[in-house]
Amino acid sequence: MALERCDVEKLAHLARLGLNDAQIGSSTASLNAVLDMINAMQAVNTDGIAPLANPLEASQRLRPDTVTESNHRDDYQALAPAVENGLYLVPKVID
Amino acid sequence: MHQLTLANISKALAAKQFSVRELTSHLLTRIEQLDPQLNSFITLSKDSALQQAEAADELRSTGISAPLLGVPLAHKDLFCTEGVRTSCASKMLDNFVAPYTAAVVDNLNKAGCISLGKLNMDEFAMGSSGETSFYGASKNPWDTSRVPGGSSSGSAVAVAARLVPASTGSDSGGSIRQPAAFTGLTGIKPTYGRISRWGMTAYASSFDQAGFLAHTAEDCAMLLQATAGFDERDSTSAQQPVDNYVEALSQPLKGLRVGLPQEYFDSRLDSRIGDVVHTAIDQLKQLGATFVDISLPSLPHAVPAYYVIASAEASTNLARFDGVRYGYRCEDPKDLEDLYLRSRNEAFGEEVKRRIMIGTYALSTGYYDAYYLKAQKIRRLIKNDFDSAFKNVDLILGPTTPNLPWQLGSKVNDPVAAYLEDIYTVPANLAGIPGLSMPAGMIDGLPVGVQLLAPYFQEARLLQVAHQFQQHTDWHARTPAGF
Amino acid sequence: MQWETVIGLEIHAQLATNTKIFSGSSTTFGAEPNTQASLIDLAMPGTLPVLNEEAVRMACMFGLAVDAHIAEHNIFARKNYFYPDLPKGYQTSQMDDPIVGLGHLDIALEDGSIKRVGITRAHLEEDAGKSLHEDFSGMTGIDLNRAGTPLLEIVSEPELSNAKEAVAYAKAIHTLVRYLNICDGNMAEGSFRCDCNVSVRPKGQTTLGTRTEIKNVNSFRFIERSINHEIQRQIELIEDGGKVTQETRLYDPNKDETRSMRSKEEANDYRYFPCPDLLPVHIPRDMLENLRTQLPELPTQKRERFEAAFGLSTYDASVLSASREMADYFEVVEKICQDAKLATNWVMGELSSLLNKENLDISQSPVSAEHLGGMLLRIKDNTISGKIAKMVFEAMAAGEGDADQIIEQRGLKQVTDSGAIEAMLDEVLAANAEQVEQYRVSDENKRGKMFGFFVGQAMRASKGKANPQQVNELLKQKLDQ
Repeated sequence: MALERCDVEKLAHLARLGLNDAQIGSSTASLNAVLDMINAMQAVNTDGIAPLANPLEASQRLRPDTVTESNHRDDYQALAPAVENGLYLVPKVID
Repeated sequence: MHQLTLANISKALAAKQFSVRELTSHLLTRIEQLDPQLNSFITLSKDSALQQAEAADELRSTGISAPLLGVPLAHKDLFCTEGVRTSCASKMLDNFVAPYTAAVVDNLNKAGCISLGKLNMDEFAMGSSGETSFYGASKNPWDTSRVPGGSSSGSAVAVAARLVPASTGSDSGGSIRQPAAFTGLTGIKPTYGRISRWGMTAYASSFDQAGFLAHTAEDCAMLLQATAGFDERDSTSAQQPVDNYVEALSQPLKGLRVGLPQEYFDSRLDSRIGDVVHTAIDQLKQLGATFVDISLPSLPHAVPAYYVIASAEASTNLARFDGVRYGYRCEDPKDLEDLYLRSRNEAFGEEVKRRIMIGTYALSTGYYDAYYLKAQKIRRLIKNDFDSAFKNVDLILGPTTPNLPWQLGSKVNDPVAAYLEDIYTVPANLAGIPGLSMPAGMIDGLPVGVQLLAPYFQEARLLQVAHQFQQHTDWHARTPAGF
Repeated sequence: MQWETVIGLEIHAQLATNTKIFSGSSTTFGAEPNTQASLIDLAMPGTLPVLNEEAVRMACMFGLAVDAHIAEHNIFARKNYFYPDLPKGYQTSQMDDPIVGLGHLDIALEDGSIKRVGITRAHLEEDAGKSLHEDFSGMTGIDLNRAGTPLLEIVSEPELSNAKEAVAYAKAIHTLVRYLNICDGNMAEGSFRCDCNVSVRPKGQTTLGTRTEIKNVNSFRFIERSINHEIQRQIELIEDGGKVTQETRLYDPNKDETRSMRSKEEANDYRYFPCPDLLPVHIPRDMLENLRTQLPELPTQKRERFEAAFGLSTYDASVLSASREMADYFEVVEKICQDAKLATNWVMGELSSLLNKENLDISQSPVSAEHLGGMLLRIKDNTISGKIAKMVFEAMAAGEGDADQIIEQRGLKQVTDSGAIEAMLDEVLAANAEQVEQYRVSDENKRGKMFGFFVGQAMRASKGKANPQQVNELLKQKLDQ
């Protein structure tokens, strides 16, 4: 199941990582090395084994529906690269 | 002063042998003098540390006393600290001044601790050498040509070089225990969910656990006491009662049954490290522990399973770093796609990008079952291995790492070799059980760690065994030459 | 060729909680941008979600109301994609184990028949923020106040066969969520939005045609128009030898057409997986049983009861049970006047046209149910005629008080004293002596028509207040003398 360059290009795009050609090349090699190591687990017999998503196997606690947050817009937006009129700015989104 | 353990600092402050301010200035001076060659701090909070020190002295002078009041610490730079840059050692957050404080730091502040600053680490906690930091690698004070381990690299280096008596760290696959072993420290990774994850930047959410690096088990016990417990802001926080860790330290080891998993002593292990572990076993035997051989048959599959799940979780945890609300944004993005692609490519380091892509692959259509789901099943097998082992033993003991700290740069181009070094630490994260590494010997001037693993929420037992061991050995008391 | 249409709807109902699904931020509509966006809503590093119990309760109520299987354990998953209104880079949603499983809802069609529509599932998820495209020096502005508002996504089976059925189903869901008090149903504010999956196939073919999805339709009228447009487009496309592509389309109400959303066409791989920050949600069975006892009477039950108890037609009963407020109003009117038919006629007739004209909701009706019921009682006890009642109704709508006050003040009380009526009739007949003569010499057929003339004259003379029945009887006696 080795990855081709085009697979890596697709992955990089899904993850929104704008890799250049050289990076795609080196990533292809290193990802394949990692996958070789990982693929060893394919040999393990896991028939009838339920996947384990969380070690504690507890259930979700629920929060009462009460407002606990107040407005800190100015503090939070001080961290933003671009804001105007209380809005976060991004390059024009075209639907 | 800098030679004192955290517990002894606490006693000395109570006995008014020195003031918090004296101690704090002394440590700040040491950091300024010595850290340039070690690179353990990313951000030094000199002014606020001195202010906090004066406030602590004032409180102490009015007769208020608490074990951690005025004790200086430093924090791994993935814990959010309000008003202080929290970079995760990434260019992505180089300009990020956290707007709130992580639960673990908050609890330590409330207990009276002073923060000297923020510590270097592998970028977003991805790495086991400290070399993936945007701010450059930290260096092992025992041999500055070698790695200190990671990802809590700065946390280990700063304590080992006695720049600070103890530090916070996080351990998702060994990131506290392995650097503790590489630098001669005691490091504890509590049970998953024992300490709140609120405010700890997520790498692999179902593994991430905050913990501590210090010289002794007693120091770790004091810090854990102040930070363990339920937090309603973290859905995965455990609602288990918190033991009295400090009190448990003095319990004798008589009757303790310890399992030695054969998989921890196979051909992967540097035999010199094996010898150190066996010497430690003999010492524990003399203290009343008995040892039995056990098996954890799924252990060989732990590293692949760990890297699949951790990378999968990381790939989506790091999707929020998009250059919109905070963090790095590329220059003049020509459109939205360009903003995403360039901001993320320019600001994430190579290892982070590698894991994001592995994780993206493991979750993508057509590969989910073969990678993510398969790994989660293996995770169950590993948990089952521990569950059955702990039916017969109270504790499991083995080496923390298969090898000694390696030369800086030697594994940078071989990620797989670096991943395989995690073989002895990742199983505890997969199962969620607590683990501790304690210094148990030296080889060629480099420290060696022995790892203890306990059933869920039995941190007290880990600390007790390490403490009893440290009452009869002095590996934890050594200082690297020049520090 | 004969074509048939297959439609399935995905309805997003914003749950009427006080706070967001995973944070304690307020969900009040219309706040200043980003003032209801907390650390969690902004996806600040290190923040974590905790689930709102009210969102879970509301989803369970919906599940119970559509007779669905409610999973004892349901799981939140991350749906991964990048968009500036999605702060975490993933939407926390449910995929494999939704809270509400297979259920169904009976809807009343216009022809009076009932259709059972399957509900595939309903799951909890978080809403995204809003992108504002006004010009900020060529940029888009992002408001994250809405990000994290709880949504219940209700997915129907592809069982609706035309636009009218789709609208009837959407309205039935709309009615239901408002009966349950779990969604305010405000479509203009986006609290209730609909995605329509539409495909066509040659009549008789059993496999489904390629479907398109019309996104975010926000009125019932647009649901009908956009589906009809899309059906037409697909049929024309296929008949011209083309092929329908599976894609997302947007309905433009100004041009009355759908167009492809090219930016969303890119093959997306959402990489769903269980969210490691949230644990499986456990719904204890005793909690469900407890919730079941709190269910209000549901629209279908109410419609059936209206049919059985009041003898209403299915159509009338479904109109009157279309909202809880409407049904409550009707029941108060009926209870006071004790005449379901009269109550139905007035609520669906005069009252509805008044509300339509004024563009008011039943809850804003200028005539209270008590006032209307009281007036109908006066029709029944012959205090006023139906004709006078319309006048009284208008006066009540104008705020002149209740029916009795208006009848009293305006002297509208019906004249039932036969002496007075006779005297009035004598005057009318005397004034129209010529017509009386003609009447008396005419045949039965002609007499019938002329009789109406005398009644009209008599009612006019009494200003409408004479009891019409008595006028009829007495007039007949006098003319036939």
